[in-house]
Amino acid sequence: MKIKQLSIFLENKRGRLYEALSALAKEGINIRALSIADTSEFGILRLIVTEPEKAKEILEKNEFTVKIANVIAMAVADKPGGLAEALKYLYDANINIEYIYAFVEKSGEKAVVVLRTENLDKTISLLQQKDIKLLSWDDVLAL
Amino acid sequence: MEFWNQELETLESQKLRQLQFERLKKTILRVYQKVPHYRAKFQEAKVKPSDIKHLEDINKLPFTTKEDLYVDYPFGLVTLPVEKLIRLHTSSGTTGKPKAIFFSKKDINNSADIIARCLVMTGAQRGDILQNSMTYGLFTGAFVMHYGAEKVGILVIPAGPGNTERQITLMKDFGTTVLHITPSYALYVASVILDKGIDPRKDLKLKRAYLGAEPYSEETRKKIENMLGIEIYNCYGLTEMNGPGVGFECKYKAGLHIWEDNFLMEVINPESGEPVKDGEIGELVLTTLNREAMPLIRYRTRDLTRIIPEPCKCGRTHRRISRILGRSDDMFIVKGVNIFPQQIEQVLMSIKGVAQNYQIILESYDEMTVKVEIDKELFDGKIERLIKMKEEIIDKIRSATMVKPKVELLEPGTLPISEGKAKRVIDNRTI
Repeated sequence: MKIKQLSIFLENKRGRLYEALSALAKEGINIRALSIADTSEFGILRLIVTEPEKAKEILEKNEFTVKIANVIAMAVADKPGGLAEALKYLYDANINIEYIYAFVEKSGEKAVVVLRTENLDKTISLLQQKDIKLLSWDDVLAL
Repeated sequence: MEFWNQELETLESQKLRQLQFERLKKTILRVYQKVPHYRAKFQEAKVKPSDIKHLEDINKLPFTTKEDLYVDYPFGLVTLPVEKLIRLHTSSGTTGKPKAIFFSKKDINNSADIIARCLVMTGAQRGDILQNSMTYGLFTGAFVMHYGAEKVGILVIPAGPGNTERQITLMKDFGTTVLHITPSYALYVASVILDKGIDPRKDLKLKRAYLGAEPYSEETRKKIENMLGIEIYNCYGLTEMNGPGVGFECKYKAGLHIWEDNFLMEVINPESGEPVKDGEIGELVLTTLNREAMPLIRYRTRDLTRIIPEPCKCGRTHRRISRILGRSDDMFIVKGVNIFPQQIEQVLMSIKGVAQNYQIILESYDEMTVKVEIDKELFDGKIERLIKMKEEIIDKIRSATMVKPKVELLEPGTLPISEGKAKRVIDNRTI
């Protein structure tokens, strides 16, 4: 139930984000979800894309520093409190969240959220126990 | 073979001092008689050659600075007729004219002989193959090493610097066992070798490298040694004093032996000119004791080091100096504090996640910015780690220099790669 995410180190300078995204666009890589964590001088661009390995190769060829990490994509009810409910389970189980961001596309009536915690295996089994829907890689591609 | 010239290299200290004194007297007399500028300087200091009765009396003599090399330029300090000179080398002057140093046949031969001592001291011998990746040209670095290696009977590949692909091809095709190279270029070549998937321990025959011509830290040495699986020996010299081989490490790699039968060394306080105590850091001052064409008396090297007075396990009686800790010219001042680039380099090399290249940018007198590339291999995608790493760099530089720097983390490959002397400090301050 883990899915692959690209983390790209970006200096905070003009055009760097554009260069990364246009390099992927030229090779027909589609972006399903995106987030940027930044400080005043540098940031990390996080991407869920259709072909992560190929995307990594393309970016490295363009001299970006890239790492593939595992994350979880979970579907939560698209209504007030939908995400909070899922997070409460993690809170109660004392699992810290490293970062979280949302997919643009919905999965049926549900919103899809990307989640990275300090312990992915424990998070997966906990959320499955609580009947929270986790997306497989095929689910992600079908979005 | 452990020694090139066992008798001179292990000469008992007292005899060595005696030899130094005899050669010093000869040198002083020579410049007093043949160099009007030296005679005038001595007279101004109210000292005659006959006043030098002990080795210690050398501190009665005036210093020679690089400005003296421009007096009566270019032949002013030469003690031989021009037709007896066979070589000119220059040292890049940052202020217009280069420093011109002339050699007689005997001087060239002697500088090669000194290098032969250095090479044999590190275990190099006939059958070794030396790839000389220093610049052949006005700079002495490559030539002196070249002649010294030939003297030992080593096969020399005069590769010169740059063209990294070709450097690696030469190493592979001809089985290079010894490299003579600058530290910053060595780091670069090593990283290209590894990037190409070449296993230097299996695919190359490299055993050792001599690194000199720019200051570098112990951490840099260890890093390159680990990357290539070789022994690296520190090499010190300056064009004004023959070039490389003035000081060289033996196999114990614990400081550089200065060939005291050829050079009289002093370490002084650069501000006052007074000698510091043995073991204290100061500016290295050298007097040539065995040079014919252009002897130099108490030459201010601008290099900072300290004397290691303890005898060395290798049995050589010639005293050692520590690695060069910086040049007084490299020193820059921020917030009234004297800082050397090597202090910053040492900190960076001790931090995991930082790559080899860095730059210090000075825009004002109370702030320095350190730009450093992150290490591609150690990037784990976590911003917290990068923030923590940046804080660690700031903290450690602050405790090493007393100045809190601004630190910028850069993408790998952003800073210019040096194929010669690395330009680490960019001083944009105008006043």
